[in-house]
Amino acid sequence: MSKITDAREAVMVGRRSDGTLVRRPLSPHLQAYDMMQMTSALSITHRITGTVWSIGLVFLVWWLCAAAAGESAFNAVQWVLGSFLGVIGLMGLTAAAWYHTLAGIRHLYWDSGRGYDLPTTYLTGRAVLIGTAALTALTWLIMLITWI
Amino acid sequence: MAEPTIRTLRSPLGRVRGLGSAKGGTHHWWMQRVTSIALLPLTIWLIFSLARMPDSTWQEATAWIGRPFNAVLLLAFLAAAFHHAANGLQEVIEDYVRGEMARVGTLLAVKGVCALLWIASTLAVLRIAI
Repeated sequence: MSKITDAREAVMVGRRSDGTLVRRPLSPHLQAYDMMQMTSALSITHRITGTVWSIGLVFLVWWLCAAAAGESAFNAVQWVLGSFLGVIGLMGLTAAAWYHTLAGIRHLYWDSGRGYDLPTTYLTGRAVLIGTAALTALTWLIMLITWI
Repeated sequence: MAEPTIRTLRSPLGRVRGLGSAKGGTHHWWMQRVTSIALLPLTIWLIFSLARMPDSTWQEATAWIGRPFNAVLLLAFLAAAFHHAANGLQEVIEDYVRGEMARVGTLLAVKGVCALLWIASTLAVLRIAI
């Protein structure tokens, strides 16, 4: 009995009607489709922002654990997050979090069986982008007003 | 690309069934939706709450975390967020990491890290709140 090295072999190799084997194409086919269309670009951005937000959770954990550990540990994390790189990182994280949240709403809307036609797809896609920009700006406006 | 080969006498359908979902195929998908709906209000609350406390002192921050309303929502957020993150990262790893050993190894490592971070942050909130 042969050993299966990759479970996907089972579904990626098929048979033609004459019985010969054929390797099925992968989807999305990187050579056949333009990956910079809004549909595919927003799709991969949802994955990237989800991963970024997951990594960003580490900073929230650090902040909470430092607060529980004591004043000097908390001051250290506040200093790092308030530094130039910290602020740049938090700005990116805010945008990623808002994008993933809004694109997540778009996914839930799709899960209800609606919004699959191309005009609606472009409309909701643009709404996600504009919403991300607006909510990120609003978040940082609130932060700056509190800070100053 | 290499010539396609099938190195087994079992049919593709039989192989898929043998490797398949054990009647739990939609659980991962459904829990990802359930946690995403829970995270929707929690995330909006958390982002706007944190945005209002950029220059807070340790006393102010611990007082905020320790307030029962905030502590409950923080604990709920952490539980839903780490469940959602672990499941989402699992999907990404399963799609992009090739080779059974590398894939399972990465999955176990990521799930372990998510569990530990969740426990650590939950303990931190409880320690401040109680």
